[in-house]
Amino acid sequence: MSRNTIIALVVVAIVAIVGVNYLTKDKEMMAPKEAKEANLVIVSWGGAYSDSQQNAYHKPYMEKYPQVKIINDDSSNEAVPKMRAMSEAGNVTWDLVDVVAADAIRACDDGLAVEVDVNSVLAKAPDGTKASKDFGDLLVSPCFIPQIVYSTTFGYRTDLVSEPMTSVCDVFDLQKFPGKRSLEKRPINNLEWALLCDGVDEDDIYDVLGDKEGVARALAKLDTIKSEIIWWSKGAETPQRLADGEVVVGSTYNGRLFSLIEEKKQPVAMLWDWQVFDLDGWIIPKGGKNEEAVLHYLNFATDTQRLADQAKYISYGPARKSSAPLVGKHATLGIDMAPHMPTDPRNAKNVLLFNFEFWADKRDEIDEQFQSWLAK
Amino acid sequence: MATDFTPLVANGAQLKAALRKNKAKQKRKAFLLVAPLLAFILVGFCLPILDMLSRSAENQLIVKNLPRTISALGEWQASSDNLPGEKAFIAIAEDLQIAQKLSRATQLGQRINYELSGTASLFRKSGRKIENLIPLAKESSYKETLLNFDQKWGEVELWRVIKRLSKPIIPDYYLAALDLKRDMQSNSIDLLPSDERIYLGLFARTILISLSITLMTLLLGFPIALLIARLPARQGNLLLVLVLLPFWTSLLVRTTSWIVLLQQQGVVNDILVAVGLIGDDARLRMIYNTTGTVIAMTHILLPFMVLPLYSVMKTISPSYLRAAISLGAHPISAFWKVYFPNTIPGIGAGAIMVFVLAIGYYITPELVGGRTGVFISNRIAYHISSSLNWGLAAALGAALLVLVVTIYWLYDKIVGIDNIKLG
Repeated sequence: MSRNTIIALVVVAIVAIVGVNYLTKDKEMMAPKEAKEANLVIVSWGGAYSDSQQNAYHKPYMEKYPQVKIINDDSSNEAVPKMRAMSEAGNVTWDLVDVVAADAIRACDDGLAVEVDVNSVLAKAPDGTKASKDFGDLLVSPCFIPQIVYSTTFGYRTDLVSEPMTSVCDVFDLQKFPGKRSLEKRPINNLEWALLCDGVDEDDIYDVLGDKEGVARALAKLDTIKSEIIWWSKGAETPQRLADGEVVVGSTYNGRLFSLIEEKKQPVAMLWDWQVFDLDGWIIPKGGKNEEAVLHYLNFATDTQRLADQAKYISYGPARKSSAPLVGKHATLGIDMAPHMPTDPRNAKNVLLFNFEFWADKRDEIDEQFQSWLAK
Repeated sequence: MATDFTPLVANGAQLKAALRKNKAKQKRKAFLLVAPLLAFILVGFCLPILDMLSRSAENQLIVKNLPRTISALGEWQASSDNLPGEKAFIAIAEDLQIAQKLSRATQLGQRINYELSGTASLFRKSGRKIENLIPLAKESSYKETLLNFDQKWGEVELWRVIKRLSKPIIPDYYLAALDLKRDMQSNSIDLLPSDERIYLGLFARTILISLSITLMTLLLGFPIALLIARLPARQGNLLLVLVLLPFWTSLLVRTTSWIVLLQQQGVVNDILVAVGLIGDDARLRMIYNTTGTVIAMTHILLPFMVLPLYSVMKTISPSYLRAAISLGAHPISAFWKVYFPNTIPGIGAGAIMVFVLAIGYYITPELVGGRTGVFISNRIAYHISSSLNWGLAAALGAALLVLVVTIYWLYDKIVGIDNIKLG
């Protein structure tokens, strides 16, 4: 054996041992006591939503721990493909990413996100309730730490209708409420609403949607208003169309409608009937370089007070049960925020919960049928 | 003196060699000069495209993670209506166990889910429970255990799909991009049922709308270019700046202003109603449909038609027209027979530029296209960022590339590519 071969073998052996050690080392996942000096790249949605996080989480955190600098990146709407590309390239530059629950489940399944032991990383509720209990069944994926409950629901122009809209089926009623409707250009939510208004019971929706005939039935219901639908793909489109009077009624995220109604004072009202609840929260990309610092930040940013604080800036419901009683007034408008929360009992009489499992399985297939229907 | 003189080049052969040497040196220099650009294009452009295109046919995920299942399915006839035997179920359990450890089980399920929905949850559930299932299966049978756990394992179609995906290179993404599907039962390639077809129609629409945009830019751009070319340099330059002005505004701003102008409660409709041309209940639909896409994109791409037209027209001597007219031609016929043919190289260049840019456009159709004015690129974007089906996105992209090259080739055959001039 030549000397070079021996050296090469030794190097390979060392690399292998270090590598195996590294891989098998059971890393205890705990929020560290001290905040290390770090630059954290935190990815979110931008706009009013990022502002609310900036005010409720980032600013107080950086004031308390000036050694940490938080850099905002507004890439959440492309988070999963970008995380996949980063992971393939072996260069993960993000530390914490804000995504909707469906994307979190996806990223977790694909091994792109770190699983988080909720009870050891996150703070307890003020009364000592464990974090896992405080978040309850909103912990839909082992990688996902929910922040808010938001809903997709309708807003309508109060001055363009003859009487207030009260039911989601009014959207399908062109006789009583003529005019254009703004709906999201995807099957999710629209098919559920169509079936509800076609007489399907809430509990049977996903059984019916399970086969092609059921999807065709929902599409046939949508067909009755197809000529009056203007489709949207960005959350800002419906508020703009409502403000211009281009549509009479349209779906979007409830926080967008809140700002249209309360901040911009437009003649628009909420139609909470059969709003669809969804979750938004944090995931930690696998391979990030500041894992300890991120855990420390997460412990702070998802505690009971911080989640309640976010509701001062945007009308999304905090994900912790213990935060609900702490929700106060809007920071600048001074109005009570509780009645504007999608989770408020008065708004949540009829609610659908986004069905993650069903759509993870069926989205591709149903989307084909939906797109084909759209093109006709 | 004369005897001392030795010519540098004694004969023809030496002369040739010296010339060749000199030429080679110059070539090397030229190559070195373009080398940075060449390297940049290779690394920054060609390699990523090749990498992306290679995804349209590769199938490593399945082949690498289900090796036992694939070999166990070797003898099984996909055309039969019977489930594969115990061997295949043992194999899939073992494959799943390993995949779960590498956290690939759901990724596999997701991949198969593109072909057969329901598989994503099947693989996720089974992957999580596989450690508990295997001891049970060892006591009785793997087939029974898995079927008891979830009856989806008993669907013959699932096994057909796995068998179909058992090669390292597969045509399925391309077939899907053309609305085709391989049927393993009858071993044939069929067109999808009409309520599932998407892409053929979208390709046709993309070409048609792109062609109409090209035509519109030509109709609008030709007179402008003609005017600018005819005007004295000073006014001409001013107009040219106006043509270029849109380039300095953000694409999104331009697109959004079209929404403000064209929507039913927009400026144009308001004016038409105020003037009394149309009734308030009959406002025109000019946006969120094909019309919207054509109008907004014609505006955005207009400079790409005007500039080559202008630079070609600038080189046409005005004396040609004067000569034709002085020889007795009617001004219109002089323009048509003398001036216009000279502008064809510019039309060719402009048309190709506008068409190629239009066919790959994404953001404007997304915002103003509604349901009937979106392009194939919008579906590609959907598969890249929402469904994460990068294989299908790559196949659609490759199909679009082939389409563009074909059209280019047709253009070369009919008009001739040498005929293109940028000035």
